[in-house]
Formats: sequence, structure tokens, C-alpha cells
Amino acid sequence: MSAQPRLVEVRQKVLKRNDVLARELRERFRAAEVAVVSLVSSPGSGKTAILEKTLSLLRPKTRVAALVGDLATDNDAVRLARSMAPVRQITTGTICHLDAEMVTKALEGWNLDELDLLFIENVGNLVCPSSYDLGENFRVVLMSVTEGEDKPLKYPTIFNTADLALITKSDLADAVEFDWDAAKRNINAVRPGMEILGVSSKTGEGMPVWLERCLRVRV
Amino acid sequence: MHELSIALSIIEGVEQELARRSTDSVAVVHLRLGPLSGVVKEALLFSYELACEGSSLAGSRLEIEDIPVLIYCPLCDKEQPALSMQNLRCSACGTPSGDVRKGSELEVFALELNNECATQTG
Repeated sequence: MSAQPRLVEVRQKVLKRNDVLARELRERFRAAEVAVVSLVSSPGSGKTAILEKTLSLLRPKTRVAALVGDLATDNDAVRLARSMAPVRQITTGTICHLDAEMVTKALEGWNLDELDLLFIENVGNLVCPSSYDLGENFRVVLMSVTEGEDKPLKYPTIFNTADLALITKSDLADAVEFDWDAAKRNINAVRPGMEILGVSSKTGEGMPVWLERCLRVRV
Repeated sequence: MHELSIALSIIEGVEQELARRSTDSVAVVHLRLGPLSGVVKEALLFSYELACEGSSLAGSRLEIEDIPVLIYCPLCDKEQPALSMQNLRCSACGTPSGDVRKGSELEVFALELNNECATQTG
């Protein structure tokens, strides 16, 4: 009996199942004309605070909604619900990122035709979410001024797979002597030409430009 | 561990491929892996071994081909290796470019099947 192995060519992207589901989501969003923005960051960068403010300010004129992912608790959904926008919590248990299947399940029962803009707040994690397409149109990576200017260099993949870098907690920049130029340089090093905005959900600084950018996201 | 779920996905995909070919014996799974995929090679190799246990791929090996990060350099007008993942600049002329052409691969590109019988032809 010959032990000669037979080599067969295949061409199979791993995460294929997620890609297929993400593509289906993207199609559904396009058909319903819902723009979808996802937010990724380390835990504690201020995703929920920014999102709560964003939902509250956009809600009167725009039909907004949000999905928020956490390993445990529905604390974030409760906070976001104060905006009066429809919000659902995805509790992942031990899984450190959202995937397209979780998003698909979470949308059950929602009529997407009744929405203009959907935000998806990922689990606080700068590593794993980069590999999982959620069907979004626009991915925002958040980093706060307290996290250090070299954050992008430490996590190049997540910055590379995002469309906009949102620097949060700008009201604390002076207190931590945040070097905006260094941060911008580092963001540009890992993703040349990336859009960069700064905000403070506390003072409202930068919010008008951020909101206007959200409204410009195309399906 | 994140790489464990990726390993399980690899095995699931390979099993589907094997079912299509009516064969079930794989010696080696060849995978292209780029650094921008977000997957760590060592963790994936370790997870693959674990993930194989109890599956029809038990005993098979994962062989990973590292793919470099290539960007399109507008000055050189061709694909060039980037200086590094932290520095997406052309390694030839230093021009920054966000146009990443290679480096985020995570794909199975070949399988080495075990031949059961000497008369089987490839």
C-alpha cells in the first residue's frame, strides 16, 4: 500500500460561515436602507457613553437603534435605553467578540424598514473583533486619551480594519498630557489616511462633527 | 480562546470538502495566514491539535504558509512589502499607503490526502 499523499487544491476562506452570514446581513440592511455603524474598542474607552449621547441626539430626527454586546449583564442596554431608542443586549457568555450569527439572532422581531441607522457596540476587545464581519457599512475604532498615544501601534489589525478612529474623553486630554500629534502620527502609520475625530461625551466637544459623520454613512 | 474557534472552523470546512470528495483521510491541511487576519500562528497550531481530537481529522497536521503584508505603492506603481504592520510604508521608497493588497489571508489552499490504496491516482 502506497503512502504517497495526494495533494488537492482547495480555496476556502476560513470564517466562511461568518462571511456568508455577514453578507446576508449586509444584503438585508441594503434592502431595508439601514446604514450600520459598528463600534470597537478596549473595555472602558467610552463606547456606551458616546453611543448613549449619539442615540439621544439623533433620535428625534433619525430612526436609530442599537445592539450592544457584553459577556454578561444587560447594564449597557439599560443605559442606552435611556435614549428612548430601541436597544437590545447580546450576552455572549464567554465569547470575546460579536459575530454575524449573534447579530442575526438579535435582530429577530425588528422591522428593519422602520430604521435609518443601526449602531452595533461590540464587546470591549481590541483583538478578536477585527476578524468578524458583522455586515456593517462603517466600523469605528475608539480609543480614549487615557489609553496612550501608541495604542494604534500595539493593535494595528483592529485599526487597519476600521474606517474611522474616534478619540474619546477629550476633556481629559490636558490632565493626562495627551499628545494629539503623536496619536495621529501613529494612527496614520498603521492606516495611512484614516479619518480621525476627537470627542467628549461629557462636554459635548466634537459631537456635532461626529453626529454629522454618522448621518453621512451610506448603505 | 479565539484561535480555538478558528481551528474548529477550519476543521468544519475541511470536513465539508472531504464529504464532497467522498474521502475522509487527511494528512496535512495547508493554510495561508497573513498577520492582518488577527490570528496568532502559534495559538492556532496549538488549538488545531486540540480541535482535531475526536474529529475525523484527528492525527492530521496544520501547515501554515505565512503571507507578508503587501501594499500598493503609488510612487513605485506596484505592490511592495510594507515596512511592518505598525508602519504601512513602502519598504522600497517609504511612501505610506493604506491600500493593503496581501496580508489578511486566512484560507485553506490545499489538502494532502492519505491514499488508502496503491492503485489510486491523483
